[in-house]
Amino acid sequence: MKIMVAIKRVVDYAVKIRVKPDKTGVETQNVKMSMNPFCEIALEEALRIKESGLASEVVAVSMGTAQCVDTLRTGLAMGADRGIHVEATGALYPLSVAKLLKALVEVEKPGLLILGKQAIDDDCNQTGQMVAGLLGWPQGTFASKVVLDKENQVATVDREVDGGLETLSLDLPAVITTDLRLNQPRYATLPNIMKAKSKAIKKFTPQELNVEIKSDLEVVQVTEPPKRKAGVVVSSVDELLDKLKNEAHVI
Amino acid sequence: GPIAPAQQAAFLRRLLSSLAVLEQRDGKLNPASLSAISAAQKLGGSVTGFVAGKNIKAVADEIAKIKGLEKVVFVDNEAYEKMLPENFATLLVENIKKGEYTHVLSGNSATCKSIMPRVAALLDVSQISDITGIESEDSTRLAFVRPMYAGNVILTVQSTDSIKVVTVRGSSFPNGETEGGSAATEEGIDSKTAPTSEWVSERMEKSERPELASADTVVSGGRALKSKEEFDRLILPLADAFGAAVGASRAAVDSGFADNSLQVGQTGKNVVPQLYLCAGISGAIQHLAGMKDSKVIAAINKDPDAPIFQVADVGLVADLFQAVPELTEKKNALP
Repeated sequence: MKIMVAIKRVVDYAVKIRVKPDKTGVETQNVKMSMNPFCEIALEEALRIKESGLASEVVAVSMGTAQCVDTLRTGLAMGADRGIHVEATGALYPLSVAKLLKALVEVEKPGLLILGKQAIDDDCNQTGQMVAGLLGWPQGTFASKVVLDKENQVATVDREVDGGLETLSLDLPAVITTDLRLNQPRYATLPNIMKAKSKAIKKFTPQELNVEIKSDLEVVQVTEPPKRKAGVVVSSVDELLDKLKNEAHVI
Repeated sequence: GPIAPAQQAAFLRRLLSSLAVLEQRDGKLNPASLSAISAAQKLGGSVTGFVAGKNIKAVADEIAKIKGLEKVVFVDNEAYEKMLPENFATLLVENIKKGEYTHVLSGNSATCKSIMPRVAALLDVSQISDITGIESEDSTRLAFVRPMYAGNVILTVQSTDSIKVVTVRGSSFPNGETEGGSAATEEGIDSKTAPTSEWVSERMEKSERPELASADTVVSGGRALKSKEEFDRLILPLADAFGAAVGASRAAVDSGFADNSLQVGQTGKNVVPQLYLCAGISGAIQHLAGMKDSKVIAAINKDPDAPIFQVADVGLVADLFQAVPELTEKKNALP
C-alpha cells in the first residue's frame, strides 16, 4: 500500500506575525517559513506505518509557489520516498487544495491519505474533510492513534473529540487528519538531508490535473486584534484576591 | 425609482434563508450547538434548525420552542445518531439542496468541524471556519470575521458562493432564548447512505465541574506544575474554590498532567470566561489564542518576563507551589 501525505509551507510557528500596512494580508517576505507542525506529524505517522511493514511507499505532496519544494525536501529528508509539487500562485483555499489532492489520488492510487488537522496560518481545519468528501472516502479526523489492519483493509482511529476520545473503524482507502498527540516527529539527520537531494520531485500544474482554482473568497481586510490594556503586578495573594473581588468584580 | 440602500439591504435579507445544524446525543440537545442559531439570526432572514438521530421527534419539538426559528427539519434514523461525517454530510447536502438555503451554519465542536467541510466540498463551495463576527459594510453583501494565525490576525472575508457554509465560535455568539418559540416541525429527506465508517467506542472524561468552553471562570495550569499529581493536588482544589472549569496548556497536556480535552489554545478550546486564572503557564502565542479574549486574566508565574504577564490584568510573580495553596485557602475563607 502506498501512503500519500499532504504538507504545507507556512510561517514558522514561533514567528511574531505582522499585518501589512495596507491590510491585505500578513508579511511573508524575509520571514522564516517551515513545514506546518501538523503536517510533520502526518508525515511521521506515514513513515512509522511504512517502517512497521504495512506500507510500501510514502509520497509527500505540496501545493503552492516554487518555494514549496524546500518544504518537500524537508519531507524527503525525514524519510518520504518521493515528492509531488503542484505549482500554483495566488490564493489557494482548502477547497482547491482538496480538488488537487483528489486529482493526485487518482494518479497515484494510495490506500491512505494523511494530512494535518489544520494549518497554523489559516487555521481552517477543512482540507482533509473536503478531500474525503470529494473522494467519497471515510475520514478519521483529529487522530491521536492509528492502527492499520492490512488483512481486513480497515483503519482503527482514536479521535480527540470534545470531552474525551472516540474510536472509529474506517474502511480503506481512507483520509486521516492528525492531532498533536499522535506522535513526536523525527528530525532529519544530515546523511538523510544529503540523500533527499537525489530523491525525485515530480511537478504538476493545476491545468495538467484538470483542476480549476476557485477564487470564491474575497479578503475585505486583514487587521491586528485589539490590544489588551496593560495590567498590574501585585505582590501578594491577598492583593490578588482584593483586585479580583473589589476592582474587577469577578469573584 | 431607485431603491434606497437601506431598503435594498432589508429586501436582500428577506431572501436570505439559513439552516442551523444542531447536535444531539442520546436524545439530548447539545446547548453549545445553539450558537449556530444565534449567528443565523444575526444574518437576518429565516432560520431553520436541523437535527437527526434515533427517536429524534422529541428533540425536534424541544428545538421548535427556541425563539427565532421558523422551522425545524428532523430525520429520524439511528444511522445518524453518532453524526458520522460520511453519512451525515450526505444527509445534510440533500436537505440543503431541497430547502434552497443560502447559508448553512453550525457550531465549531469537534463533531461539526468534521462534518461541515465535507458538506461544503460536496456543494462545491468554500467553508468559512470559526467566525467571531458578521459585518455588512456595503449593506448588500455580508462579510464574516474570523481569527487566523493563532488569533494574531483578524480576517474579514466575503464569499461569492451561492451557499455559504460557516462554522461559528460559540463564545462570540451567545445563545438566545430557548423558550417561547413555536416553529413548525417537518421531516427531512433521509438519504440512507451506506456507511463507510463505524463508531466503535468512546472514553469521555467525567467531571462535576462546569463545562470548559462555557464556564464563567476557568482555572488553568501549565508545565510548571511538574507532574499530574501536583496538577491534581494544586489546580483542582483551586478550581473548586472558584467554582471554575479546569483548563491546561498544551505543555501540561503533552506532559500528561491533564486530559487532552482540557487544552486551551489554538488547537484546543477557545474560552472567554469572566475570569481566566492561570498558574505556571508561560503564555505561548498558541495558548493566548484560546484565552486572550477573557474579561479578566489573572496569572501566577515565578518568571516576571513570562509573556502571560503581557496579557494579564492582574499578575502575581510568585512560586505557584506556595501561592496556589494560599490562594485556594484564602478564597475558601472569603464570605
